Amino acid sequence: MKFRAKIIDVGCLNHFTRVVNTISKLTKTCILRLTPNNLYFVLSGKVASGGVGMWCELSQANFFDEYQLEGVAPDANEICLEVTPENLSRALRTSQNAKCVKIKLTKKHCPCLTLVAELPTLSSVSRVVTHDIPVDVIPRRLWHDFKEPRMPDFDVSIYLPPLKTMKNVVDRMKNLSNFLVMEANLNGEMNLKIETDLVSVTTHFKDLGNPPWGDDGSQGRSRSRDPEVMAHTRVDIRKLQQFLMGQQVNPSKAMCNIVHKRIIHLILLHEDVSLQYFIPAVA
Amino acid sequence: MPLSTQSQTEGDNYVLVASLDNVRNLSNILKAITFKDHAIFNATPNGLKVTVEDSKCLQANAFIQAEIFQEFTIKEDSVGFQVNLTVLLDCPTIFGGSTVPGVATALRMCYNGYGYPLTLFLEEGGVVTVCKVNTQEPEEPIDFEFCSTNVTNKVILQSESLKEAFSELDMTSEVLQITMSPSQPYFRLSTFGNSGNAHYDYPKDSDMMELFQCTKTQTRYKMSLLKPSTKALALSCKVSVRTDSRGFLSLQYLVRNDDGQICFVEYYCCPDEEVEEE
Repeated sequence: MKFRAKIIDVGCLNHFTRVVNTISKLTKTCILRLTPNNLYFVLSGKVASGGVGMWCELSQANFFDEYQLEGVAPDANEICLEVTPENLSRALRTSQNAKCVKIKLTKKHCPCLTLVAELPTLSSVSRVVTHDIPVDVIPRRLWHDFKEPRMPDFDVSIYLPPLKTMKNVVDRMKNLSNFLVMEANLNGEMNLKIETDLVSVTTHFKDLGNPPWGDDGSQGRSRSRDPEVMAHTRVDIRKLQQFLMGQQVNPSKAMCNIVHKRIIHLILLHEDVSLQYFIPAVA
Repeated sequence: MPLSTQSQTEGDNYVLVASLDNVRNLSNILKAITFKDHAIFNATPNGLKVTVEDSKCLQANAFIQAEIFQEFTIKEDSVGFQVNLTVLLDCPTIFGGSTVPGVATALRMCYNGYGYPLTLFLEEGGVVTVCKVNTQEPEEPIDFEFCSTNVTNKVILQSESLKEAFSELDMTSEVLQITMSPSQPYFRLSTFGNSGNAHYDYPKDSDMMELFQCTKTQTRYKMSLLKPSTKALALSCKVSVRTDSRGFLSLQYLVRNDDGQICFVEYYCCPDEEVEEE
């Protein structure tokens, strides 16, 4: 198993840092999958993560100037690690102005992702900062847990309102209730609702637009759907709040698929990063 | 159930409709009297009065005249209900409560009458949030029977001068003593706390003093009752302090809202112990 990669462009470094920061706000630990073409930050949606699933895909060519990978076996050319994104985030923070950042898989007292940053100084000699970030290597027999999630057979797909507005509203709603209902229809309307003994609050978003998914199977259920009828799912409000808190960059596309009473599937697309987040329904 | 925001049919059933282009013109003044969860709302054609009481010894009232509202329609002589004020005040900031100039949350407040919730329609940037807050049967506010004929002392001050004193009040003192006299020290606030006694004196010829009509009195009030009034003081530009022959205290605050319009907040407080007038 071998992994060496290098970032020399400051824009790429900042972008990569922002992505890792976002991931670190979403979860304490996650899986990092390294393949020849892509990096993936993954949460499998099991009970351990509160049922929340995450799939963040980065195209390595858009970030790294050099990228060398030798996976666990010739027919399985990838490496799967369990990481604490906050550690990677912290290391990247100290490398902000680096001329060059190298990331490699090493073995110190345990397996590590070692980050080596060459920082500029006034003299001709660079200052080198090294971070050893402990990781766990995930054995191949467990890889099936971290495959790309299937697009759920959703009832409604809709573009999200401005994330900042959503975040403000959800933050306030969290003061009033632990659970929130998200509902949307094919007329571009979305409502966020909470209800308690004392108060009910509903925020109405209109004219959001619905993504034009192609004539593939995933749109099967929604094809003959009455555009007025809402699909809704009740979720733990903190999970939605956590997703919204983490967003540092405005995505080029933000949308949401709702499977009635089952799951909310949020998709954010940036130029070279895609993030999917799955929040399960609560009773 | 489809929820229309300006439904024609529902509109016919409202006994009270009040609209504001800027919800802060209501929420800011209500925050000044939020020291207990429950508030009694009473609307008349003159406007809105909101009352909060504590242990039958303290009462705060906020008055927002009908003219402050962009729309104020009432179908009865008097409409009253009780709500959880803390929950109600979580609603106006639903869009984040930022104070970006030019961006305001608009409010349309509607009430259908006994048994119905208080409905707030809040709008900012084309997004509408509908809040329905449950109401209860309104309690009858206490009548403190404070009338101008019994007033023995009256002082009107610019709030600036009192703000400093109130923010520094020694909270280890159980009481706040108010001394008013035609001679020195004229108007004095005193505390008796763990670190000693503190006195704040306001001479009658000070720039801050707008009116001074005092006979000699010294009355003590529970600090815990008066401390909440600091919020109203912070919002105000002028305050009138009056006591009557029973030692009851009336504090009246003149508050200017975001648009410069005037609203009033008043606090009534019972004395902690009767002190003989000298």
